[in-house]
Amino acid sequence: MPETAISTLTLAHFLGIGAALFALGVIGFVTRRNLIVMFLCTEMMFQGVVVTLVAFARFHMNTTGQTFVIFVLTIAAAEAALALALVVLLFRRQRTLDASAWTELRG
Amino acid sequence: MHVAAIIPWVPLLAAALCTACCASRTLRTLAAPICITGIGTAFVMTLVAIAKLAGAEGDHYTAYLAPWIEVGGAWVDGQYVGGMIANFSYHVDSLTAIMMLAITGVGSLVSIYAAGYMKGDEGYARFFAGVALFIFAMLNLVMADNFVLLFLGWEGVGLASYLLIGHYYRKPSAAAAAQKAFIVNRVGDFGFLLGVFCVYQAFGSIRFEEVLPAARALLTGEAAGLAPGAAAAYAVAQATQAANPAYLLAAPFGLMLGAFGKSAQLPLFVWLPDAMEGPSPVSALIHAATMVTAGVYLIARTIHLFELSPYALPTVAMVGALTAVVGALIAASAFDLKKVFAYSTVSQLGYMFLGVSALSTYGAIFHLVTHAFFKAVLFLTAGSVMHALAGQLDMRKMSGLAKKMPITCVLMLCGCLALAGAPLTSGFFSKDLILADAMSFGISAPTAGAKVVYILASLAGLAAALLTAYYAFRAWFRVFLGDYRVEFGEDDHGHEESHEEHHDPAHPREPHEAPWLMNAPLIVLALGAIFAGILLKATGVIEGAILHSTANSVEAPIAAHHGATEAAAGTGHEEGHAHRHHTPEYLHLLMYGVSAAIAVAGIGLAWLLHYRQRAIADKLRDAAPAFGAALNRKLYFDVLYEKAVVGPLRLVGQIMFLIDSLIVDGAVRLVARGPAFLGRGMQPGQSGKLHAYGLGMAAGIAAAVFLVFFAMSR
Repeated sequence: MPETAISTLTLAHFLGIGAALFALGVIGFVTRRNLIVMFLCTEMMFQGVVVTLVAFARFHMNTTGQTFVIFVLTIAAAEAALALALVVLLFRRQRTLDASAWTELRG
Repeated sequence: MHVAAIIPWVPLLAAALCTACCASRTLRTLAAPICITGIGTAFVMTLVAIAKLAGAEGDHYTAYLAPWIEVGGAWVDGQYVGGMIANFSYHVDSLTAIMMLAITGVGSLVSIYAAGYMKGDEGYARFFAGVALFIFAMLNLVMADNFVLLFLGWEGVGLASYLLIGHYYRKPSAAAAAQKAFIVNRVGDFGFLLGVFCVYQAFGSIRFEEVLPAARALLTGEAAGLAPGAAAAYAVAQATQAANPAYLLAAPFGLMLGAFGKSAQLPLFVWLPDAMEGPSPVSALIHAATMVTAGVYLIARTIHLFELSPYALPTVAMVGALTAVVGALIAASAFDLKKVFAYSTVSQLGYMFLGVSALSTYGAIFHLVTHAFFKAVLFLTAGSVMHALAGQLDMRKMSGLAKKMPITCVLMLCGCLALAGAPLTSGFFSKDLILADAMSFGISAPTAGAKVVYILASLAGLAAALLTAYYAFRAWFRVFLGDYRVEFGEDDHGHEESHEEHHDPAHPREPHEAPWLMNAPLIVLALGAIFAGILLKATGVIEGAILHSTANSVEAPIAAHHGATEAAAGTGHEEGHAHRHHTPEYLHLLMYGVSAAIAVAGIGLAWLLHYRQRAIADKLRDAAPAFGAALNRKLYFDVLYEKAVVGPLRLVGQIMFLIDSLIVDGAVRLVARGPAFLGRGMQPGQSGKLHAYGLGMAAGIAAAVFLVFFAMSR
């Protein structure tokens, strides 16, 4: 039965993977300077959250979480297109992808 | 609709057009013709409205224009009952007619003069807008058929006066004078309002058509068939509950205060001399001929209300006589030509109040009309002199101008003769009428107190007449006769056509005669100053007008002497009352003789001191330095007000300012500075480093997670 096959993996495993992905994303975002890499790190944080949602959906045996994930992924795709376009624009301005080139936008 | 209903609105239209003319430099010159046309049209329409008066029933008609205020009542069968109603409707009777003619007539002449006088002034259009606005308000004042519309006009003339006194608003003294006039008038207006409240409480109406006949009925005893007179009126009022006696007693005192403020009587006269900061045509029109007589008009119009209060009229008499003397005294010592005439106006208004207080509304209105003529001439000729001498008004700095300005010299002589009351000039007849009536009222007064008040008042009036003749000719002798000597003033106003532009040493500056545009209206006014008195006296126009208006008092009514017999006029109930009196003819003749002598004496004294031996005048002044100084400082009235009123008010103002700046502004500043401070504190957080923001977010999330975790594990 599918339930028994999956039962060797508990909810905690999935949540752990989600949390790990999220933490890696945060660490990457904070430590890297390349705008594209930083953007990829935010995507990784997304995926951590998505894994968590799917795990909970499966755990509670309903589709709410899964539905939500579909929406999140759709929006992430749109947002990726937008964000990469922005990155291209930023690059054209400063001829670099270094995020610290934009510190003059401070308050 | 009656033509009378739209008369005041024609000048208002002119005022609006003149205001529009302020917009461009080329349009500005149009303002004078517009203003003159507007006021002239009002004058012609006034003639039409008066012609209609002949056919009206009951000596008057009401011209209704538009509804305005209806409070607390309801319409029952076309009558508004149980509440107050005040409409834009105009009461036209013969008293109104005289005032309208004086206002629009003098108004047109003065605005023609001003077209020349104000030439080259940067506020040309603004000036004429103010004049037209004034005529609008003044016509509302004299034509109103209720106290509220009258009050609208009353405030309107105050506003126009404020605007025109402050015409040269860049000059601090002019701005201060305008404020002083406005604020002092507020005191009077407060009294006026209280008076109107009392009238409403007493009679349940503020319409003249209802209030004045009711008051008259109380006075004559018609209401309850009792004896006439003020004292009996209270009994009647009490018994019939027709009106509350306390309000009857108080109402005239409130109205009186308003009249004293507007007409510059003691103790509220201080604003009028300062009002001379305005252009001379304004001084002539507003502060001599028309607006300042509004108080006299008010008392004449509501004379029945004053008759109802036994203490009101003696109070007016005392104030009027005292003002006449004080004004004349200060005028006799002033050196500023316009100030002399300003104090003279204060003094002459005192006469008018003495007149109404002796129930001689005929004398008061007669003097009002003649005064409008001769004082307008005096102010306008003073304006011509000022115009010629580049703003110089100090009589010590001019002499012997007769050769340079012969026409102005003769015109001012006409005005001075009338002011001095020289025999057969207009001032002679009207002033003597007031003095004779006051004397006779005193002699026949029922109580000893009233006797003393009125006899003293008329004697004070005679003393003031001597001073009047003296100061009028003091000014004339000093300015026009003697050796030619002139010091020019600083002011180049209105002089673009005169000598100083192409000024060269070979042709020294010389005073020049005023242009004909300015002299022509003056000639009309001067003819009026000389002949109006004898004409009006002989034809009995004003006497007839008072006879047919509400100003005909109950206790000392004017009966139709000429034409109709006395019996025909004094119909039925008005006859045979104890203290009803007519001034006997011999008293008039006596007064004519006495005051002619006084006028000649005053002129002679002025001739001696200011033409023959000017040194004597200076010696006399030095002989009593304290008195001279007191007169020069307006008998310390301004100092008194400064110490007693302005000082404390300024202190309160400063305390208020402190409270405002510390507490109110402090709170506002706190609100403004709090967020600013907070923002500056958080500013370092906005480093512009993306990593820092990321770290901040991560830390925030971590903190939130820990918080939730901590809370759940409890």
